[in-house]
Amino acid sequence: MNGTALTTSAAAGGSPVDGILATATIVLSLVLAGWALVAALRHRSPDRTQFVGLAVLELALLGLAVAALVALGGGERPGEPGAFFGYLLTLVCLPPLAWVLARMEPTRWGSAIVCAVCLVTPVVVVRLQQTWEVLGG
Amino acid sequence: MVETRAPERATNKGPGRLLIAVYIIFAIAATSRAGLQIATKFDEAPVAYLLSALAALIYIVAAVGLARAGHTGRRVALACCSVELVGVVGVGILSLADRALFPDETVWSGFGSGYGYVPLVLPVLGLYWLWRTRHDA
Repeated sequence: MNGTALTTSAAAGGSPVDGILATATIVLSLVLAGWALVAALRHRSPDRTQFVGLAVLELALLGLAVAALVALGGGERPGEPGAFFGYLLTLVCLPPLAWVLARMEPTRWGSAIVCAVCLVTPVVVVRLQQTWEVLGG
Repeated sequence: MVETRAPERATNKGPGRLLIAVYIIFAIAATSRAGLQIATKFDEAPVAYLLSALAALIYIVAAVGLARAGHTGRRVALACCSVELVGVVGVGILSLADRALFPDETVWSGFGSGYGYVPLVLPVLGLYWLWRTRHDA
């Protein structure tokens, strides 16, 4: 069991979606979710920080997608290709979805939408990593 | 500080918009999962995968119903939320009672435990929201 775990974590180093960028997207997303939650609790509509945060998050996620595509170009393959691309496509759509809905809803509920989407995003990032590494061990 | 309260009667404003956001995310999640399962391994668990597809369809229709608001939209959303609640509770009980019935996970297995029980909470919130805004109809 220990041997397998070590091999997996060693192989994880080669995953294009498991590195500092992926960690950054998770951290940024959670920080943004916290910020938006505070705004929602204080009856504040989505502020500039939330929209800038969503934009930065989207750029980071696109960076993640590019990293995955580069790895694919280099001959690497995800463990579950279908699920991997499904998650990747969903992932890059999440911040724009939050952006559009938050723009339509300039009330505390707009902030709540940003919070909800930013809580979902890290889950999808982790699932993305799992679908790449399923055969990685 | 005086807060002016707009009459929140339409289902697609305020908290309703947050509900729609979560419905959209679940529509995407369930659709891609069902699509992938049906496309790649339909023979393994046809009942489970068809159920996933049905759940996906219901999430999409519910989101549209809530977003369209109005009389028809409300009825559509009411029907969807009811079917959803019956579905998630029914499948939850069945999947506990007889594991062989659903050999692979669906969105509704184990009362939606694979999705943080959101599939169980979502229809309840939907029905509550429709009830709260009922004077619009």
